[in-house]
Amino acid sequence: MAIKRPSGRGFDEARKMDAKVGIIPNADGSAMFSFGDTIAIAAVYGPRQLHPQHMQNPQTGILRVNYDLLSFSVADRKKPGPSRRSQEISKVTEWALLPVLNLEGFPNTVVDVQIYILQADAGTRTAGINAASMALAHAGIPMKNLVCSVAVGKLDTEVAVDPDNAEEHFEGGEGHTDMPIAKIGNTDEFTLLQLDGKIPPEKFTDALNMGNKVCSEIYEIQKNALKKFTEVEA
Amino acid sequence: MSSMQTSNLTRETLRRMFDKNKRFDGRGLMDVRDFQIELGVSNKAEGSARVRMGKTDVVVGVKMQTGTPYPDSPDKGNLMVSGDLLPLASPRFESGPPKFDAIELPRLMDRMIRESGMIDLKKLVITEGENVWTVIVDIYPINDDGSLIDAASIGCIAAVHNARLPGLTDKGQVDYDKKTDNPIPLSKEIMPLSFTFFKLGDKLVLNPTREEEEACEGKITFGISKWNGKHMINSCQKGWETTFKQAELEEIAKILPDKYEDAMKKLKSYLN
Repeated sequence: MAIKRPSGRGFDEARKMDAKVGIIPNADGSAMFSFGDTIAIAAVYGPRQLHPQHMQNPQTGILRVNYDLLSFSVADRKKPGPSRRSQEISKVTEWALLPVLNLEGFPNTVVDVQIYILQADAGTRTAGINAASMALAHAGIPMKNLVCSVAVGKLDTEVAVDPDNAEEHFEGGEGHTDMPIAKIGNTDEFTLLQLDGKIPPEKFTDALNMGNKVCSEIYEIQKNALKKFTEVEA
Repeated sequence: MSSMQTSNLTRETLRRMFDKNKRFDGRGLMDVRDFQIELGVSNKAEGSARVRMGKTDVVVGVKMQTGTPYPDSPDKGNLMVSGDLLPLASPRFESGPPKFDAIELPRLMDRMIRESGMIDLKKLVITEGENVWTVIVDIYPINDDGSLIDAASIGCIAAVHNARLPGLTDKGQVDYDKKTDNPIPLSKEIMPLSFTFFKLGDKLVLNPTREEEEACEGKITFGISKWNGKHMINSCQKGWETTFKQAELEEIAKILPDKYEDAMKKLKSYLN
């Protein structure tokens, strides 16, 4: 292989992952998920009455996601409040989670998912989705499965999973490509796909496959964290 | 005409037609509408283009400004893409703070252009660390009949190629009355375009009309260009809550280069 990852990891090796459920007592469901130095926390409130009223849907409950970075979670302080970036990530996270939820039993209500990044080292949206998915399960929202998410990177011509911030700034050759994906646990269904960079169409499948492998690992971590929590409770 | 909701009847009819690879306007599911480009449609803009694709009509204008560079990139100019979904263009667009679609469109165009490397930002420096050009691309639909993102991508490329830098005063400020013949520094061979694939049931459809878009359940946008003679996917965003299977994504990645080359042939005929 021509290049080595700046982090020294293997190309198909994600950072050390950690997950914990039940971290925010006030919330109906909550969870933490981390990829190395990237830490996301998520809280679920609801189903609860939806205001403003005109947003209510008499046929189903709705999902409302808010994703943001805590102001000190990045090197250059992030101005508090929504940005176009955070609004976009909130929306794609909503789309990433909705396919596993069944909110039809809760008409006119909202399920609020709050995702905040405590510490950012790339992969914040994917960590946020993993945390949110566990928090929704913890809240007892009817779900058909969990959602697992990871970013696949490419450094020059080498596909490399779960890039950190230093790797995201890789320059040279084809530069760096970042492709966050999310999938319904152990299925073939993609619920999120974004991409920035340069990837030849023929390499696209390799990149998806590398993401698939790590998503299966994440699935186990999520299930274990949920199991561990229920055991403690019981 | 300005009914707001797709009826179940339309959706079911489209579903049956898509199963037979048919559409209301006679195209096959992967057939793109032909487009026309008009360059220089607004003479106060440094560059502009208007794209008509079926009844979809988009104008894109480029303005150039000077200013101090970002602290983390003193040796680079800036690119800014913005725009709005004007209530002028559709009964579905409303005034007021931008809705998600109005945020997404310029962000998708920004990423497509930036990641392709089409604009050589390093050549937009006037005085390093002090004064650099900012390329501002503004996108406005005039009439929305579907595939706005794809039409806007053609408009963005055409408008940026059409742009000429304004002159500078002795102090390095812009003098908009002084025109030059200098184009924006571009990597000439790099021209990205976007293609948005929609999904109804398990059928994929490219370049839908508004009616088809509204009947569909899923969508995914890809930006693609050619870099060192190789096709490169530069940007991607899946929208809406319907999932895509890996086989579908692979199918899209496979046909993208052909769709790109077809559109590029036409686009280049306008630019030369």
